[in-house]
Amino acid sequence: MSITVEALCHTYHPGTPLETRALDDVSLQCGRGEWLSIVGHTGSGKSTLAQHLNGILFPDSGTVSVDGMQVVEKSPNMRDIRRAVGLVFQYPEQQLFAEDVMEELSFAPTNWGVQSDRIAPLASAALSMVGLDDSYLARSPLNLSGGEKRKIAIASVLAGEPSYLVLDEPTAGLDSWSRRELTDLLARLKKEGTGIILVTHDLDIALNLSDSILMLDRGRSAAFGAPSEIMRYLVANSVPGLRLPDIAALSAAIGRSDPAAPLTWDRAELKRWIKARETGGRRP
Amino acid sequence: MKFLNNLTFGQYVPADSPVHSLDPRCKILAVPVVLTGIFMAGHVAAFAAWAGLLAALAWYSRLPFRLVLNSAKPVLILVAFTALIHIFFTDGTPILKLGFVTITREGVAAAAQMGLRLLLLVLFASFLTLTTKPMELSDGLERLFSPLVRFGFPAHELAMMMTIALRFIPTLLTETDRIMKAQLARGASFDRGSLWKRLKAFIPVLIPLFVIVFQRAEELATAMEARCYRGGEGRTRMRPLRWSGRDTAALAATVAVVVALAAGERSLLP
Amino acid sequence: MKTDARTVCELRDVTYVYPSGASGRAALSGVSLEVREGEWLALLGSNGSGKSTLARHLNALLIPTQGDCIVYGMSTRDPANVFAVRSAVSMVFQNPENQIVGTVVDEDAAFGPENQGLPPAEIESRVERALEAAGLLAKRAKPTYTLSGGEKQRLAVAGALAMDAPCLVLDEPTAMLDPRGRADLLAIMRALHDGGKTIVHITHRLEEILWCDRAVVLAGGRIEWEGGVEPLLRQDGALRKWGLDAPPLVALWRELGEETGLALPRIPTLEGMIDALCPLQ
Repeated sequence: MSITVEALCHTYHPGTPLETRALDDVSLQCGRGEWLSIVGHTGSGKSTLAQHLNGILFPDSGTVSVDGMQVVEKSPNMRDIRRAVGLVFQYPEQQLFAEDVMEELSFAPTNWGVQSDRIAPLASAALSMVGLDDSYLARSPLNLSGGEKRKIAIASVLAGEPSYLVLDEPTAGLDSWSRRELTDLLARLKKEGTGIILVTHDLDIALNLSDSILMLDRGRSAAFGAPSEIMRYLVANSVPGLRLPDIAALSAAIGRSDPAAPLTWDRAELKRWIKARETGGRRP
Repeated sequence: MKFLNNLTFGQYVPADSPVHSLDPRCKILAVPVVLTGIFMAGHVAAFAAWAGLLAALAWYSRLPFRLVLNSAKPVLILVAFTALIHIFFTDGTPILKLGFVTITREGVAAAAQMGLRLLLLVLFASFLTLTTKPMELSDGLERLFSPLVRFGFPAHELAMMMTIALRFIPTLLTETDRIMKAQLARGASFDRGSLWKRLKAFIPVLIPLFVIVFQRAEELATAMEARCYRGGEGRTRMRPLRWSGRDTAALAATVAVVVALAAGERSLLP
Repeated sequence: MKTDARTVCELRDVTYVYPSGASGRAALSGVSLEVREGEWLALLGSNGSGKSTLARHLNALLIPTQGDCIVYGMSTRDPANVFAVRSAVSMVFQNPENQIVGTVVDEDAAFGPENQGLPPAEIESRVERALEAAGLLAKRAKPTYTLSGGEKQRLAVAGALAMDAPCLVLDEPTAMLDPRGRADLLAIMRALHDGGKTIVHITHRLEEILWCDRAVVLAGGRIEWEGGVEPLLRQDGALRKWGLDAPPLVALWRELGEETGLALPRIPTLEGMIDALCPLQ
């Protein structure tokens, strides 16, 4: 059970002067209960790739499959595919339309044909997942604060009970507190068996929370692997628009002058090592 | 990337040509002159002359002729419709009987005349937007209507509205595209079911779009205010419009061509 | 009057209640603050702390419900001063998309000076200088919709600069940008500050205030803290209380400072930390 992409290519405006190759020979895999991060500069093709994962866009060549179902245009399984893969767009609060939160949360399950008596429990479960209580159900989504709106928008996707959740820059514009709440939610979902695919340019989140990372550079896959491999890659190569998080850059710099230093993005680990070096150095 | 990327808006095509560099007011004023000329044309030879002028203008404007023709695409249906009405509803000498409709010789002639006339009107008018920057166009309109300001006509406001609307079109296309995709991902379908069902499916697109438009408009208004905007009063322009001898000459030449063609048709052709 | 020339803007015991606010809760209450000429002032706070409301007072977009806002000796309360106030303090907003008026880059940059009623040649030269400072001169003839988010925000800065105001207020200018756009914009802000501009920078990201001269923290519509950047970054518990999260490098710097005798830089920039922690070759 996984989302699998093989040798995907996608070209915008084929045959016109605007023709651009957005994705070129990209492959990835993400199982349920795994966290894959897709990182890259703006325009690297991250969002385009995300929209292939549930049949919003289709590959020119190569394949995308979700739990064994091929994602192709006019697939008889399209409804099952879109239901299995929840997609949260950038600034998802801008898609809210309903008169009250209950209607907003029922939209996806109703479209998937969930029986009406099952919808209310799904809605309140989704609401509690994002940390809001049932008192919100009767409120108008348009009158909530920015942070609450985003939570409702994410809950409206969760209410469809996706097996995978694909999120495109979900932390954009959030303050650090809300960012923390959101990453905690994703970690919890992952633990409960949802596959998480996070599109982000925040390497700090990607390195700290993912099982694997796909790094895109101008539509091509620059590297795909565990966070530690990606970190090693970034230390050795420069990728436009991507910069190592400060702690990782610091540890890499120390490592260049002292090979014993750990290559890490973890603050606590780096601190332990620096302190050990200090006490060690002071010893006669 | 975009569902809506096929839409083009008879948009400005940059080029370094004598037509592009004319004062926008000259081009705006030339349009009604030319349109009057085309309305007066009736004879095949006159239409041929106008078609020739069109090709010459395209060449002089450094625009590919095909691109100019493309700008008439959106109105082709209207042209065909007008022509059909004339074919079926003009009295005269019958040449063909199909059941209860009769097609007359005069009908065919009138259809050809009206169709050609409409097509030429649209093609000539499209040169205005093809060769003039949106900002220049609104500046030109503002200046042309400025004498009416004393009668309460909001010339500056209309021109500013036009500028902002043009500036927001690409943004709104992108937004619409994004919202449609987001609702699609939540299980909406825009291409299934009855007409009523399909219309209803657009509610989750239209409401967020309205919200976004109003929010954007409000933020833009604040940003404009912060940049000292207080209407047209006391406002200057970085590139003020300058009417030169060339513009007078161009406009005079346009009038002369129209008069010459009309007079020629009256006196030379039966 | 004893307002010395070195004060750009001054808030005197300002309280502001939004007229539409159903709660009737004050967005700002009893805020007094001075912005001094040539300084880079960081205005920090989490969402809803009142920092944007404060920023809008400096440009006369909002008028205090109680108290006064004085810009270069002019009260924003007097409608006759509004134009002069806005010519002295220009603003850049959060969403780059919603502050661009023109369809072409240089036409947009010209919008402010055109409203100021300047002669064409003066507008032209100001636009050129502003686009140069924002690194957009090469794109001056491009349609605005072809710019990236970061470029759009730099265009907004150019539009503000073209008005030639001595003070620039930026309201979360990096919130919607990618890391590259953020770094570019911060570099421009540093250059402007070096060139003598007064900068008021509203943000909730502590990593962006490392180069500031002074920081002010707002929470719940009140000023909670005011002082230098270094002492602010050492306040771990309080930062969290105000909804401001110390970035990992800042946290490492603070902890190492408390737990070891290492000589660390005064401000935890990456370069400074690398210099301090890499053993001498």
